[in-house]
Amino acid sequence: MSERGSIKFRYRGRTVALTDVGPMDTLLDWLRLDRHAMGTKEGCGEGDCGACTVALGSLRDGKVVYEAVNACILLLGMIDGKELICVDDLARDGELHPVQQAMVETHGSQCGFCTPGFVMSLFTLYHRGGAVDRSMVNDQIAGNLCRCTGYRPIADAAIKTCSGTPQDAWIAAADEAAGHLAGLDDGHDVFIGDAASFFAAPASEYALAALYSAHPDATLVGGATDVGLWITKQLRSLPKIIHTGRVKSLHAITEDADTVAIGAAATYAEAEEALGGIDPDIAEMLRRLGSKQVRASGTIGGNIANGSPIGDTPPVLIALKARLQLRHGETVRDIALEDFFIDYGKQDRGAGELATKVTIPKLEGDQVFRCYKISKRFDQDISALLGAFRFTIKGSRIRNARIAFGGMAATPKRALAAESALQGAKLKDRNVWENAAAALDRDFSPIDDMRASSDYRRETAKSLLMKALIEVAGEASSNTRVTGVRGGELESVA
Amino acid sequence: MNLSPKFDATAATAEVGHPVAHDSAERHVAGSAPYIDDLREPAGTLHLAPGHASVACGRVTTIDLAAVEAAPGVIKVLTAIDIPGVNDCSPAMGDDPILANGEIHFHGQVVFAVVAETRDQARRAARLGQVAVEAATPAVTIEDGEATGETVLPPYEFLRGTPDDALKGTAHVMSNSMRIGGQEHFYLEGQVAMAVPGEGDEMLIYSSTQHPSELQHIIARMLGRPDAAIVCECRRMGGAFGGKESQAAQWAALSALAAHLTGRPAKMRLDRDDDMIMTGKRHDMRADYKAAFDERGVIEAVEMNFPSRCGYSADLSLGVNDRTMFHADNAYYYPHARIGSQRIRTNTVSNTAFRGFGGPQGMVCAERMMDEIAIRLGVDPLTIRKRNFYARGRDVTPYGLKLEDNIISAVVRELEKTSDYKARRRAISRFNKKSRILKKGLALTPVKFGISFTLKHLNQAGALVHVYTDGSVQVNHGGTEMGQGLYIKVAQVVAEEFGIPVGDVKITATTTGKVPNTAPTAASSGSDINGMAAKRAASAIRDRMAELAAKLHQSKKSEVHFAGGRVTAGNGEMTFAELAKQCFLERVSLSSTGYYATPKITWDRSTSSGRPFLYFAYGASCSEVTIDTMTGEMRIDRVDILHDVGRSLNPAIDIGQIEGGFVQGMGWLTTEELVFDGEGRLRTHAPSTYKIPTCSDVPEDFRVNLWASKGNRENTVYRSKAVGEPPLMLAISVFSAITNAVASLKKGKVPVLDAPATPEAIMRAVNAMRAGG
Repeated sequence: MSERGSIKFRYRGRTVALTDVGPMDTLLDWLRLDRHAMGTKEGCGEGDCGACTVALGSLRDGKVVYEAVNACILLLGMIDGKELICVDDLARDGELHPVQQAMVETHGSQCGFCTPGFVMSLFTLYHRGGAVDRSMVNDQIAGNLCRCTGYRPIADAAIKTCSGTPQDAWIAAADEAAGHLAGLDDGHDVFIGDAASFFAAPASEYALAALYSAHPDATLVGGATDVGLWITKQLRSLPKIIHTGRVKSLHAITEDADTVAIGAAATYAEAEEALGGIDPDIAEMLRRLGSKQVRASGTIGGNIANGSPIGDTPPVLIALKARLQLRHGETVRDIALEDFFIDYGKQDRGAGELATKVTIPKLEGDQVFRCYKISKRFDQDISALLGAFRFTIKGSRIRNARIAFGGMAATPKRALAAESALQGAKLKDRNVWENAAAALDRDFSPIDDMRASSDYRRETAKSLLMKALIEVAGEASSNTRVTGVRGGELESVA
Repeated sequence: MNLSPKFDATAATAEVGHPVAHDSAERHVAGSAPYIDDLREPAGTLHLAPGHASVACGRVTTIDLAAVEAAPGVIKVLTAIDIPGVNDCSPAMGDDPILANGEIHFHGQVVFAVVAETRDQARRAARLGQVAVEAATPAVTIEDGEATGETVLPPYEFLRGTPDDALKGTAHVMSNSMRIGGQEHFYLEGQVAMAVPGEGDEMLIYSSTQHPSELQHIIARMLGRPDAAIVCECRRMGGAFGGKESQAAQWAALSALAAHLTGRPAKMRLDRDDDMIMTGKRHDMRADYKAAFDERGVIEAVEMNFPSRCGYSADLSLGVNDRTMFHADNAYYYPHARIGSQRIRTNTVSNTAFRGFGGPQGMVCAERMMDEIAIRLGVDPLTIRKRNFYARGRDVTPYGLKLEDNIISAVVRELEKTSDYKARRRAISRFNKKSRILKKGLALTPVKFGISFTLKHLNQAGALVHVYTDGSVQVNHGGTEMGQGLYIKVAQVVAEEFGIPVGDVKITATTTGKVPNTAPTAASSGSDINGMAAKRAASAIRDRMAELAAKLHQSKKSEVHFAGGRVTAGNGEMTFAELAKQCFLERVSLSSTGYYATPKITWDRSTSSGRPFLYFAYGASCSEVTIDTMTGEMRIDRVDILHDVGRSLNPAIDIGQIEGGFVQGMGWLTTEELVFDGEGRLRTHAPSTYKIPTCSDVPEDFRVNLWASKGNRENTVYRSKAVGEPPLMLAISVFSAITNAVASLKKGKVPVLDAPATPEAIMRAVNAMRAGG
């Protein structure tokens, strides 16, 4: 396939083609420093506050779908083939967009600095269409911090204006935009720069594997929700960037009766339905992972490949007995996901090798699953710890338990001692529960950090195991949780 | 929410009292409201980035900047020796070097600043500096500081009666202690300033600051120039909350220094992590308290002491800690009281102003005492609160002020009714009996907050109003806009005065060139003092205009009316613009300053006597929470608020302040935790680790109402009351509700719950309840 030495995207109705794109250029810097488009703000430079939120339109099944993303940590090259919409672009002929007008009417801005980001998050909610309630709004703007209003007027603006059928300039131009984006999707491999320093976004898995194999020192970037911070915060020099996002096969999500397979470049948002379909607790874990912006960019493959001990999907996937596919050039291999994580900062991934797919067994009829995330704040926080539990129940006994924790060790890790304490035990035997909980002390020696003390982690890990067992033994989660109550268990004891 | 308060503030006023949108609302939502970093940079603008040592304290031995100077784009590296005048950016005490001079006092203290062609170049170069320090052991915690015995200011005490005797004599005496965490402001717009050199010794500084005058003075002093040569301007801030009162100065000063030395415009915008590490926060404190009370829970005597982590320098710690003492009573009468404060010096960033200015910490302790008495006596906490409220004959504060405007009982009575407190209390008891893992708590807490700067000379303001010959009006005053809606409120006041639509009043940036020698926009005083000053300026012009109108139409001045953009005088009528034009032709001045000094303030700190506050703002809130006793997680189920703003200048703006203040206070007391490590390094220096509330933390069931006030007893602008800070402390009801939920685990036992009530803190309290004893 041929190469293209530029990125192309739709901006203000036209194609912008850029040939001068550095590997570490961010979208926000392009907007503010190159274009002097100052509506989009930098609040934190790490994708946590949402002041830099812009909307990106992507072609999905022939339609343009808008998602909110954080421009501060998104690499400029990554918007190839997308439509870029910023807060400065919404008002038309002096008339505010409906979401802007609603924000004015509900007094949704005070200092106004976070406001452009909220407007863009609401813009994407507006384009989703359909009914909108408060919990959807909470979810939509979990990645937008406001320090002034207390959010109520913003939520009111969202509910007021985002319910129903969208009607704006973007709806009017929907066909044109779709055609435009289809035209930009030329299947060429993007490569800007030279062998020493480049931004590359190959279009095929083959080209990706070949390029990475030739440049094993390059940095692979999925959604840049982590790598972006290496650039904006650590000021690391990353002269070679290979973006995985344009490889369609790596976005593939396939499902059969027994398994779900997710391509490594699939975003959390893309994987949400299939993964969350395995169990409502997984859907809730994904809902609380990052924010809409982070989930629109971040990838399942990235969450695994960066090897963090506090990534939220690895313990869940490990408890589900997922397998990871890796590829080096033409060579493909497949390992148990838990074996991928060797030690802090060390994974079973060779130079030039990349993760391509994770395959997750669905729950069998006799299996039940629970997972719990503990963080200081419910939404858009990084776990202090996360526990995932899969029990195979036979009659009144636990035939098998798979338990994995994040935040408890240098890697996401199984609790083998606790698992074995539960093996074959009576499901409702509290003594067994206590033993299994005590066994967690043999499995883990967690650390103290700014998220929690080692004592709290240790004791809470036990509590999470106990809670899982209490629930699996029959207690409704409405009686055991203050958040994330499982569907159909809403009745309360009061 | 209720945007139509029950009183009819609008009956007599056309502009004041209406829920007018924020003046910049349309520009905010369109992204066209420029903040300093959005301004077009003059050609050749340079950028600064700060550099610091890796340790928290010690003597600097060498500073190796060779690599910094050699880095791409670097023009100059600033160190202390480059400062021509005074190397200090403190508000008063002279103890905050702009650039460290030989000593490191906290981790993050700026030792050098890189000046480069681009911000990215400056930031990258700053990492290359090598600051060698003969490191000493830092005092990090309050206890570390107590051990060294070092303070930034002497201790201070209020004493009334004979608390020692009472604390010995009464049957019920309690003695306890709690920790109250600090708080990062997390204004969404970080610290930023841009200095533009002018001709001769002139310099224009754009800064995101609550205190342009102080910046002007600091920069003049630093450069050895007269104040008159320096102009500081601020159109708006992207949030401040006290964090840009004294803390904006250093970055503005460094920009000015770079501009001075290079002759080029210079801008400094801190990275978020640097901002959080290098700028002060709310003071964290330990509250040690003793109280004697009778069998009904009525307090006879208290002894309260507040050791406070001030950080390495005094900054605003005098006023902050004094305000803790002023509010250690909240709404309660203490017949005998000793209220003390220690201003502990630590090797941490110097703590500073933050919405509430020390008051919240005192009030949290007062509410903890109420909760503890209630638990010890087995009585509903609200009952105990009511029994201790200030009331007739029990209405003198520990610092000798006689309350004249006390409405707390009435406010609480009303909220108790509208929040359905009693029935919910019963339902919660039933829930807690049945529920094993989840426990609920409910609390209704009062707020009484003193309005005025406790530093007397700050209670003054100026304004400058111009009427142009086309009838348009330009208003300027000393207050700054940080989102609180000050500009629109003042514009409403001016519009009211001239009888013109508020849209005809042009609001302009705050600048020391128009109104000099201003107080910071702080202490909730913005609209009280600037609104009054602007009203006086407008009124002076209107008077002159009325005089001419009367003359033109052969009527009396008292018969001239300004309304609806028209002026009537006897039988004559003309538009406001026509009259303005006539004034010009008849040589009548259409410009005026206005000045206001808050009356009745007589506080004398040295004798702890006199009146520190013109009036009090009151409010109450009721919160219901559910905690998970296995993990410590907590959910807020419902919040009801009733708050007194006098006669509201703008109910929409006021509701916004109340809701936003509450949520900010809620964050302070729940999810927002500042963690310093043993070496004195802040570990929570970004939003990834420091968690302010998100939308889902705010309960969907959030009922906020304005108290049906007949107006401030004092003669404030349109009888309104200040609203910036008081609502923050409504959030103490959340903390008390959590205490209440934990307390349900064991009758009669007092939870050991510290703030912030993170899951871990709640779990610690839960475990302590379950432990023996």
